[in-house]
Amino acid sequence: MIDSKKLDPNFKHEVAKEIGGENIKHCFSCGTCTVGCPVRVLDEKYNPRKIIRMVLLGMRERVLKSDFIWLCSQCYTCYDRCPQDVKLTDIMTALKNIAVKEGYIHPSFKEQAKLLGLHGRLYEVEDFDNKKREKLGLPPIKKKFDDVIKIIEKSSLSKVIK
Amino acid sequence: MKYGLFLGCTIPVRGQNYEISARNVAKKFGMDLVDIDDFSCCGFPVKSTSTETAIIIAARNLAVASEKKLEICTLCNACTGVLTEANKHLSENKELRDKINEELKKYDKEFKKGVKIRHFDRILYEDIGSQKIKDSISKNLNMLRVSVHYGCHYLKPADIYDGFDDPENPKTLDELIKATGANLIDYKNKLDCCGGAILGVEENLALEMAKNKLDNIMAIKLEMAKHKLDNISAKKVDALITQCPFCTIMYEDNRRKIESKFNVNYQDMPVLYYPQLLGLAMGLDQNQLGFRLNKIKATPLLEKLGIN
Repeated sequence: MIDSKKLDPNFKHEVAKEIGGENIKHCFSCGTCTVGCPVRVLDEKYNPRKIIRMVLLGMRERVLKSDFIWLCSQCYTCYDRCPQDVKLTDIMTALKNIAVKEGYIHPSFKEQAKLLGLHGRLYEVEDFDNKKREKLGLPPIKKKFDDVIKIIEKSSLSKVIK
Repeated sequence: MKYGLFLGCTIPVRGQNYEISARNVAKKFGMDLVDIDDFSCCGFPVKSTSTETAIIIAARNLAVASEKKLEICTLCNACTGVLTEANKHLSENKELRDKINEELKKYDKEFKKGVKIRHFDRILYEDIGSQKIKDSISKNLNMLRVSVHYGCHYLKPADIYDGFDDPENPKTLDELIKATGANLIDYKNKLDCCGGAILGVEENLALEMAKNKLDNIMAIKLEMAKHKLDNISAKKVDALITQCPFCTIMYEDNRRKIESKFNVNYQDMPVLYYPQLLGLAMGLDQNQLGFRLNKIKATPLLEKLGIN
């Protein structure tokens, strides 16, 4: 049951203002996204058409607090096939971006942001790694990227990864 | 033929076999892959949590390439996607460009105009071409049967890749593989995603996505044996060919996990990066192609080619 008093009619406009969220209102709910989705075929709780519908109806809290928005595998199949150019993959990204601003972040993504904040790269590079590279005849790689560390520090992510 | 080599985070630490083979194949073709110390992470890991931050990180890399007047050669599909997308948005959207440049100022960088970003295999396809590749072959691989996995971000979203291949029916990597003489074996769900992006979110689901693909690749063998086709086609696939470290992590690093979780057996079918396959055909030796670092040993395949 949807309780209309709990709906936020502004949610779709909020999503449309995000990078990649612009085309959300184009959706006419045909379901092309859902039939071609490699995640949906294995797990019914991820349903792109339903998620878009929930956003358009204004079910803000349920969408942002949900686990399912983190399940998009970012394969872009729906993005390419959508007859209305809704750019679904980008909508899912926009929803995750808003969720993070509201303080909901999936632990695995939190970890990735943390690593970037610490090293400026996804893996901590130690002397051992560069020694191994040298043995293979490969040039050494930088251990830290100060600019990237600073970019993360100044970003909206700095609050959520602490 | 000069390119700024963009290694990203994963390849130089977890995919050195890919890196070595690509570097040595490039050298043979006279491609100059320039190492750029200042290329960082591409930005992909934070795209889901802060797209703007991802664009700033990507834009910084694009500005570095632009200062050096180099086009970018990537090896990872995710880097290719994020850099290409940021480059397109920043080139077309002045408002976004101004906003991002305001941030880049703090790092003495500026995104002025777009740069070219292409995956290593796309560069092989477009700048070297299958004819020149065929001419460079010293060892025909026609005794091999291989299947291919493109990986999503090599092809999609189509609107950022100027139509260089068809995402619903891709051909470019098929052609590159055929140029080595190897037999390319088709299978049912060639376009399906590896699941890599949600491995940390829901491991079981991601592993099942990878499993479904491996099932279909192995099913080729079973089905063909069942129909008693000729000798060649009844033999199993010798390798799966990939071009992205995340896809390889799903099909190679997670293989044992998939096999024990779902009680299946993929008979140690190895996963090779395309430059490893091409390098074999060009007569490069095992060390030059990093085969020692393949986690599922390609020994049977190498023996088949008379390489020990």
